[in-house]
Amino acid sequence: MKKLSVRRRHPLAALVVLLFALAATGGLYAAFAPAEKAQADSSQSLAIEEGKKLYSVGCATCHGTSGEGTKTGPSLVGVGSAAVDFQVGTGRMPAQQPGAQIPAKKVAYSQAQIDQLAAYIASLGPGPSVPTKAQYSPGGADIANGGQLFRTNCSQCHNASGKGGALSDGKFAPTLQGVTPKHIYEAMLTGPQNMPNFPDTTMPEKDKKDIIAYLGEVDSGKTPSEGGLELGGLGPVSEGLFGWIFGLGTLIAVAVWVAAHTTKARKS
Amino acid sequence: MSSHPGSHEDMSEENLPSERSDAHDGAVAVAEDPFADPGLPPHQPRRQDIDERAARRSERAVAFMFTLSMVATLGFIAAYSLIPPSKIVYIFPFGHVSALNFSLGWSLGVALFCIGAGAVHWARTLMSDVEMPQERHPIEAEPEVKQKVLADFRQGASESQFGRRKLIRNTMFGALAMVPLAGVVLLRDLGPMPGTSLRHTAWRKGMQLINVNTNLPLRPEDVGVGSLTFAQPPGLNDNSDDYDDVIAKAALMIVRLKPEDIKDKREADWGHEGIVAFSKICTHVGCPISLYEQQTHHVLCPCHQSTFDLSDGGRVIFGPAGHALPQLRISVNDKGYLEALGDFTEPVGPSFWERG
Repeated sequence: MKKLSVRRRHPLAALVVLLFALAATGGLYAAFAPAEKAQADSSQSLAIEEGKKLYSVGCATCHGTSGEGTKTGPSLVGVGSAAVDFQVGTGRMPAQQPGAQIPAKKVAYSQAQIDQLAAYIASLGPGPSVPTKAQYSPGGADIANGGQLFRTNCSQCHNASGKGGALSDGKFAPTLQGVTPKHIYEAMLTGPQNMPNFPDTTMPEKDKKDIIAYLGEVDSGKTPSEGGLELGGLGPVSEGLFGWIFGLGTLIAVAVWVAAHTTKARKS
Repeated sequence: MSSHPGSHEDMSEENLPSERSDAHDGAVAVAEDPFADPGLPPHQPRRQDIDERAARRSERAVAFMFTLSMVATLGFIAAYSLIPPSKIVYIFPFGHVSALNFSLGWSLGVALFCIGAGAVHWARTLMSDVEMPQERHPIEAEPEVKQKVLADFRQGASESQFGRRKLIRNTMFGALAMVPLAGVVLLRDLGPMPGTSLRHTAWRKGMQLINVNTNLPLRPEDVGVGSLTFAQPPGLNDNSDDYDDVIAKAALMIVRLKPEDIKDKREADWGHEGIVAFSKICTHVGCPISLYEQQTHHVLCPCHQSTFDLSDGGRVIFGPAGHALPQLRISVNDKGYLEALGDFTEPVGPSFWERG
């Protein structure tokens, strides 16, 4: 203690004391603050109530105080819990700023909170609900059929191997690599943002499962790339750019190198 | 210029550059010229020209590259006959690639590159590099040569009796003029003319709209707002020979808009409670378009970015397409299925000369 008291006039002493005080305050608050309600207690009405609270804080500014929509956000009545699970579960919502398209980013809520939000939105009006694991898990699906369905229904925007592509006015179809089967299923079911939806009436559950299985197969590192470097898998634009810049560039560099070196015995 | 000998005597024209270049002796003019052409620098030998050991090294290098090319070609043949097409290997940084593609590409690349590199090295180090200038000379022939050629020609013409035997001359002209017609006649194989086939598709009145995914007829309640469905005429078999010909014109995009979102009255009339059927074939050069944005109702063509507004009669709002996207008139039959009320009223797909 003597040693410590000797240093009480040290220029950094005040900072150290402040840090200790802050840590103590925080620790005490954590110890005595009312513990969060147990997640296990999820009776439907309680989830809706909790979801409404979360909604009022995080969503109401754009979507209106009861999901009716405003100028900056569409109505959420009837979008269903699947839409909430996709939009919030992939981090698209809450949106950072309005724009041509809301991109995926870091997820802001825990899965329990997302379920509560989804329960509240589902209570506003009937809509597609979050699929069960049996619906979206790709086990036993027909991968070849999935590939054909994908090329017919999805590849025009998302590219034949699901690498995504450009749309009009700054919008784009995102890559499907690394998207979980549940979110792919929900996207097909609900049609997030400018993507059209593919309801079970026109694309039955089994077809969706086949498509998910196909994407899983394409995405798994097992699928060989016969030609080697894929260059992003985006097709002729990146391939042409690579060919013109690196292919032709190498030829020009070699020609310049050959001509720049004289073979004469006396270097001038 | 050289056709008037003696002009170099005329000193008053000596200052003209064209005259000066003409002077044969020219000794006085060069001595007085402050900007005289210094001529070519003296020839410099290469190491290989003066050192036989260096020349032999070059010879060995060239021979090595040609030999390497031979080995690579043998490698190409060996790879082609030994490696099964399905064999996949992991090669950094290319990832999982086909072993056959990889070895064929590299062996042929090395074989071709070594021939080129060997030839360049040979030409640069061993082939003669002594500079050999050739001064320009007038293109026009000497007058004597010209006269000789003309005289030869006249003699040949008279000896062949070309001018006297008019029958031979005229039939020869006829034969030479007729021969190209054989090539022109072959152009007929570009046909037959398409007739009216460009103006019709497989759609007929009363045909049900078949969902491409399920191969079942579509009902209005199947198609939700914001959804996208592809439809084709009934009875199509994608294994049949004419499938591509039929679907290339008959492919349909079915979307459902809120009826109040449809700006074009004809579009609303030709649909059913907001369900509208548009051709899937771009009117620019016929790419399949279905990049449908369900909030803006825009359809984008991936080939040249033509954009159509499906809420406004398929109007072109961007890009090179010259016509609105054709709409198929649909209704619901008494069994409750969507059906066509006839063929498209205008040609689908790209424009053609007689389209009008």
